[in-house]
Amino acid sequence: MIGGLFIYNHKGEVLISRVYRDDIGRNAVDAFRVNVIHARQQVRSPVTNIARTSFFHVKRSNIWLAAVTKQNVNAAMVFEFLYKMCDVMTSYFGKISEENIKNNFVLIYELLDEILDFGYPQNSETGALKTFITQQGIKSQTKEEQSQITSQVTGQIGWRREGIKYRRNELFLDVLESVNLLMSPQGQVLSAHVSGRVVMKSYLSGMPECKFGMNDKIVIEKQGKGTADESAKSGKQSIAIDDCTFHQCVRLSKFESERSISFIPPDGEYELMRYRTTKDIILPFRVIPLVREVGRTKLEVKVVIKSNFKPSLLAQKIEVRIPTPLNTSGVQVICMKGKAKYKASENAIVWKIKRMAGMKESQISAEIELLPTNDKKKWARPPISMNFEVPFAPSGLKVRYLKVFEPKLNYSDHDVIKWVRYIGRSGIYETRC
Amino acid sequence: EACPRITMTDSKYFTTTKKGEIFELKAELNSDKKEKKKEAVKKVIASMTVGKDVSALFPDVVNCMQTDNLELKKLVYLYLMNYAKSQPDMAIMAVNTFVKDCEDPNPLIRALAVRTMGCIRVDKITEYLCEPLRKCLKDEDPYVRKTAAVCVAKLHDINAQLVEDQGFLDTLKDLISDSNPMVVANAVAALSEIAESHPNSNLLDLNPQTINKLLTALNECTEWGQIFILDCLANYSPKDDREAQSICERVTPRLSHANSAVVLSAVKVLMKFMEMLSKDLDYYGTLLKKLAPPLVTLLSAEPELQYVALRNINLIVQKRPEILKHEMKVFFVKYNDPIYVKLEKLDIMIRLASQANIAQVLAELKEYATEVDVDFVRKAVRAIGRCAIKVEQSAERCVSTLLDLIQTKVNYVVQEAIVVIKDIFRKYPNKYESVIATLCENLDSLDEPEARAAMIWIVGEYAERIDNADELLESFLEGFHDESTQVQLQLLTAIVKLFLKKPTETQELVQQVLSLATQDSDNPDLRDRGYIYWRLLSTDPVAAKEVVLAEKPLISEETDLIEPTLLDELICHIGTLASVYHKPPSAFVEGSRGVQHKRLPPRSGSNESTESPDVTPSAAAQPTEQQPAVIPSQGDLLGDLLNLDLGPPVNVPPIPSSTVQMGAMDLLGGGLDSLMGDETEGLGGDLSGSPAIGAGYGTPAVMPTSLTAPLGGGLSDLFDLAGGMNMPSGSYVEPKTVWLPAAKAKGLEISGTFSRRMGHIYMDLSLMNKAMQVMTDFAIQFNRNSFGMAPAAPLQVNAPLAPNQTIEVSLPLNTVGPVMKMDPLTNLQVAVKNNIDVFYFSCLYPINMLFVEDGKMDRQIFLATWKDIPNENEVQFQIKDCHLNADAVTNKLQSNNIFTVAKRNVEGQDMLYQSLKLTNGIWVLAELRIQPGNPNYTLSLKCRVSEVSQHVFQAYEVILKN
Repeated sequence: MIGGLFIYNHKGEVLISRVYRDDIGRNAVDAFRVNVIHARQQVRSPVTNIARTSFFHVKRSNIWLAAVTKQNVNAAMVFEFLYKMCDVMTSYFGKISEENIKNNFVLIYELLDEILDFGYPQNSETGALKTFITQQGIKSQTKEEQSQITSQVTGQIGWRREGIKYRRNELFLDVLESVNLLMSPQGQVLSAHVSGRVVMKSYLSGMPECKFGMNDKIVIEKQGKGTADESAKSGKQSIAIDDCTFHQCVRLSKFESERSISFIPPDGEYELMRYRTTKDIILPFRVIPLVREVGRTKLEVKVVIKSNFKPSLLAQKIEVRIPTPLNTSGVQVICMKGKAKYKASENAIVWKIKRMAGMKESQISAEIELLPTNDKKKWARPPISMNFEVPFAPSGLKVRYLKVFEPKLNYSDHDVIKWVRYIGRSGIYETRC
Repeated sequence: EACPRITMTDSKYFTTTKKGEIFELKAELNSDKKEKKKEAVKKVIASMTVGKDVSALFPDVVNCMQTDNLELKKLVYLYLMNYAKSQPDMAIMAVNTFVKDCEDPNPLIRALAVRTMGCIRVDKITEYLCEPLRKCLKDEDPYVRKTAAVCVAKLHDINAQLVEDQGFLDTLKDLISDSNPMVVANAVAALSEIAESHPNSNLLDLNPQTINKLLTALNECTEWGQIFILDCLANYSPKDDREAQSICERVTPRLSHANSAVVLSAVKVLMKFMEMLSKDLDYYGTLLKKLAPPLVTLLSAEPELQYVALRNINLIVQKRPEILKHEMKVFFVKYNDPIYVKLEKLDIMIRLASQANIAQVLAELKEYATEVDVDFVRKAVRAIGRCAIKVEQSAERCVSTLLDLIQTKVNYVVQEAIVVIKDIFRKYPNKYESVIATLCENLDSLDEPEARAAMIWIVGEYAERIDNADELLESFLEGFHDESTQVQLQLLTAIVKLFLKKPTETQELVQQVLSLATQDSDNPDLRDRGYIYWRLLSTDPVAAKEVVLAEKPLISEETDLIEPTLLDELICHIGTLASVYHKPPSAFVEGSRGVQHKRLPPRSGSNESTESPDVTPSAAAQPTEQQPAVIPSQGDLLGDLLNLDLGPPVNVPPIPSSTVQMGAMDLLGGGLDSLMGDETEGLGGDLSGSPAIGAGYGTPAVMPTSLTAPLGGGLSDLFDLAGGMNMPSGSYVEPKTVWLPAAKAKGLEISGTFSRRMGHIYMDLSLMNKAMQVMTDFAIQFNRNSFGMAPAAPLQVNAPLAPNQTIEVSLPLNTVGPVMKMDPLTNLQVAVKNNIDVFYFSCLYPINMLFVEDGKMDRQIFLATWKDIPNENEVQFQIKDCHLNADAVTNKLQSNNIFTVAKRNVEGQDMLYQSLKLTNGIWVLAELRIQPGNPNYTLSLKCRVSEVSQHVFQAYEVILKN
């Protein structure tokens, strides 16, 4: 199991050092600094073995988090734990920065004592942790309060406490998708997939039982068997989900057997599910590049983008990034829409368009002057990448229902105010040129 | 949004302070004001964090322990955990507070106390903590119980005996049935850890009932708890395929968990139990289909987890290529992927490349070859070469792509391309030689040994088509002594080839290189090879031609495959560091933990055991049975075989780029190996079965000459042994010695020996009654021992033993008893009881009793294993005064279950490559060198558990000399 956990600043100074196992000595702290943080060459693996000691690290801005062990630990678990640790810290004190860590070091030690015991991760749900790690000391709790805390921390529903009350029962569902594309210069889709998340904010009283439904092809086809009519109607809109994963509140065995998504949600914001689709993806934009080398000192670039969705919808925050060679000396750009700028420090022309409706087309052309160089190596031509946001789900996912039952309290599904929103964003959306 | 923070200024504690700090802190710690005290403790902790020694404040800090302020208490505890070990005497001061806190009405405080006290590693204190711990294990509050469960593991780490004596292990086992899932999960974690340091202790006692409890808890506990439980489940061996299937069914839903570690641990359980399912089963197909999507999903996790996932997928693809065969696209490299992800993806792409997707793959690889990162580009170029070898239809396109890349003139791209083109020539002779001219243009730019060696090989191999081959080779010869060994050897062979092809013009050149190699070089391999060529050329040039220019064995399309036994073991470690490093835990874990080798369960319904490597259904090996040779990526097997550590050191962890470097070279080079190959053919040896190795210079290593020992081995042995003893199987039995003298056992004298007959071990005893009274009621028992040796039946002494009477008894033994490492390893402690008393004695059993009948390793696996076992595990021995020839040695050893895997003759010396397997599955590999006329043999042993080597050597001595 995890033998120790260290947090360093960018200089390699240790900010937090918590050792869980006797086989990890103080020298481990220095070993990581010397061999990884101060390493001459960039470290090429997130797992490093130094003198039979393994170090797992992740970086958040310029802060290094390192878990150390001498055993054959579950590596995936260690990374999941480090991410979780970052989430917990963020939820307690905001951004993970040197200043915040120094300001909260006592709290961090307290958290580390609670969420790792002898190197074994324990309950690390912030909802539960915040009930008793408050940095205010446990003030005269009643016996009931105490046992409520412990039963939540250890309980089957560790993510939610009892006795939550809201005047208005309300929930927000966000379907957030990131659409990824790799396209050849000729417009052939080399790979495309959508990775989506359903994020829920729930403000519901009591211990509500929820059931979530979407246009999952498998479910629709199952139901469709009854009425041919309905299956014909909805069959078109259903989507094939390649794979999905769920928050721990979802009953996985029920999903496995009936493919129904039922759960008691945590209070507040959390990620209900993640999914991935690869079929019938709506690619919101198409990028058509044209690069021409004019002699050894000039490049001509023309890029056309086409929006490919309903004309009534608007895409936002559109940004096209056209890489330029390292020996670029000057750039002239002309674009029909939006603003384009050559950013020398980023070796790219960045073209920004605030809004663009569906089924439109726009174009940029640029002339790139190059300095003559002796470098024999050809320019690698990195792909043209794109960022955008669209108000629909590129996978075609639709929320069909989210039913809420709370048998003990007197509110019903109809009393709950529900909001659903779809946002599609670009993930890695690249076209080679 | 962030929580409101109370102390926004804690960072001030980190400011470095001046001298006299300790003094000031001391005063503050003893202050009456609570706030001041707390501030002072915070300063102490901050100093501790940055590595200052604040142990001098121990008594002052501990004085602050008795407080109602929980925050302060936790800080003091933190300090205690750090310094208790260095101040054991003062740490006792803390005991009372722990004991008291364990009785606190607040469960959070009770848990805090039990959690902390387990971290105080002071022997004197631990026994005081037993009572509080016992109470906490039975606490009404689950939060306290789950903490206490972990505390047992902590205490066990400090004092294992104490934990056993106090019965905590039983309490821990009871907690597996606890009503609270988190308590169950922590108990499982603690028990698994303790069990690891006590192999065969049966501590976890997994049976269908406990498994059912674990599976129930699996649905209810935290994500971390699910990991503990799944990792524990993976160690279970279901009794049959039905049980395996029902567990798989209940584990499958975990594949949809958001936590990647839960998913990977579930994959581990499924991959392992799937071994037991029949492939004809519908369920087997369903399960295979279910595994792909979650594995692909792991690739959308954060980069570090992607890396872990990819390392695991690399294993899974080798074990069961069918799972991901349609998922090539997801492994395409993204421009912004971190380099470690890129390199791993590339590896998997090559493994998945097939005729169906080769066009796409090649287009990608070409794209990658223009990237910036040198290692990545090299790997991409090499991958193009692999595609050519793997998919014949693509070879032409690959070659033209490689030529395009050579035109870029980027130095490392050119060198890498030449190295792979050499392999393509090897695979498809007389097809692409038209490109040689282009390659020769780049001769001057090659500065890496591997590329130089490859180019030289090409020139030598195609000398007849290259007009100026002699000039080219001569140009290399000028700086002969500055070249690396790899290049020197290759140059020697190439010039000899050239000479054989164009003898008239190159006589001078060959003289020159032979004298450089034999007279001016300090390198014994170079000298040896030089001499071999020299003699060959001077005695029989026709034979030399046949040898040096012989046809080369095929090279295989699959590369860098992990040795099947290791692969199986790594599959059992999916998700863990072992699967990331691709090394067994014993390679990077110190001490007893992880030394145990895990194995896949055997497929049910057949007797075929997946444990023995030669029958391992290695999916990766299936399609390539006809292709014997493997392109090694680092280090040459033969180099290793001859114990020349020329290859790069085997690093832990493997640096991703290391697979790009070719390490050692082929020692015997194109010429000699062809010599061997030729001989084999003459003897009717099957070339396709020979594990030819080396990067395509033509380098088969171990030649299957005398394939197996004659069947009459046992018989001839009988004559050799001349002992006239009753030995049905022909294995050597030592004469009986007195184990228990009569004086020590009230008149009972026991002498005995061990024997192995028809696959069974016997303890042959003579019981002699030297007392005045009759002896009856005999019984025997063994203490735990290194190999789990135990009586398979009670001791049968039917009649009473009268005074002065001797009785011979043969006690059958098995090796399924409890295991404990003994010193010496083969020590056996025995208790014998009769109507008079119980007597104890100890004896040593010869280790060859444990050599099993199926200890003959497949040749190819032998080579891979030899390479895989680290060189520091190799031990060399001298067997003196032995006057047998190689065949007699082979026969003698074979009747003792030491099997000759291959034999070859090098300059009159006989080299025997042998394998044996112990009852507990440990393999020992041997190389026995016999020189005619020299009664001293050299024995080199390689074994993952090198402690057994000494004993194996002794066994060799005893067997050969008797």
